[in-house]
Amino acid sequence: MPARIDRPLSPHLQTYRMTLTMALSVVHRATGLALYAGTLLLVWWLIAAASGPAAYAQLQAFAGSWIGRLILFGYTWALVFHLLSGIRYLIWDLTYGFEAREREWLTRAALIGSIVLTILLWVLVFAMGGGR
Amino acid sequence: MNTETQSSMRTPMSRVRRLGTAKSGTGDFWRQRLTAVAMVLLIVPMIAIVMMLLGRNQAGAAQILGSPLIAIVTLLFVIASCWHMKIGVQVVIEDYVHTENLKLALIMANTFFSIAVALAAIYAIFKLSSGV
Repeated sequence: MPARIDRPLSPHLQTYRMTLTMALSVVHRATGLALYAGTLLLVWWLIAAASGPAAYAQLQAFAGSWIGRLILFGYTWALVFHLLSGIRYLIWDLTYGFEAREREWLTRAALIGSIVLTILLWVLVFAMGGGR
Repeated sequence: MNTETQSSMRTPMSRVRRLGTAKSGTGDFWRQRLTAVAMVLLIVPMIAIVMMLLGRNQAGAAQILGSPLIAIVTLLFVIASCWHMKIGVQVVIEDYVHTENLKLALIMANTFFSIAVALAAIYAIFKLSSGV
């Protein structure tokens, strides 16, 4: 490895006032990592269905438990937030939405939208009898 | 500046000229967006599939998951999500892990995990589809 040379540094992260876009950038990455672990739930579900009644009953017992339901609720929010926030990044990739007002609106919409959609989805789950 | 450059009569430009690039520098960037858009399209049918399975026993779930259209949509979603998460977590590793060997080990582990998750899910879907 070459010797370290002292180069001028750009101002560090703490220099800046924390904004919503910055915070949600971190949350986007965090939800991405959470979903990475969450894919194990998806695989468990598919393998349990392919394995037989006993394995599937085990999955259903977990999904119906207190902690299971909490994890699934968190997984739902992480998925919906990462989706909406990701759409926001796709819009920015196409160079739209960079004006201050649009930028803030998109960011708020992703956050509020994710909460509203998650609750709506779970209302639907209980309405369809999945919460038994 | 390292010693090799100092002892050589060749200029830095002559050393890189004609080598060109691998023309694949934006490969992961593009595939991350390709899989993101795929999942934006697939998420609504995927949510519908999960909703259809709520409250059903293994036999009912297996029958639904094994039907052709649902199996294909699930396969597409699994492939897109595993590819997307492999790229995403690799970016996180490259951002935060600067010890070369540890970084290589983590990138390998990430690739193994993503391929294993994808293959396990694909295997389960094929098994459900073949009805054995």
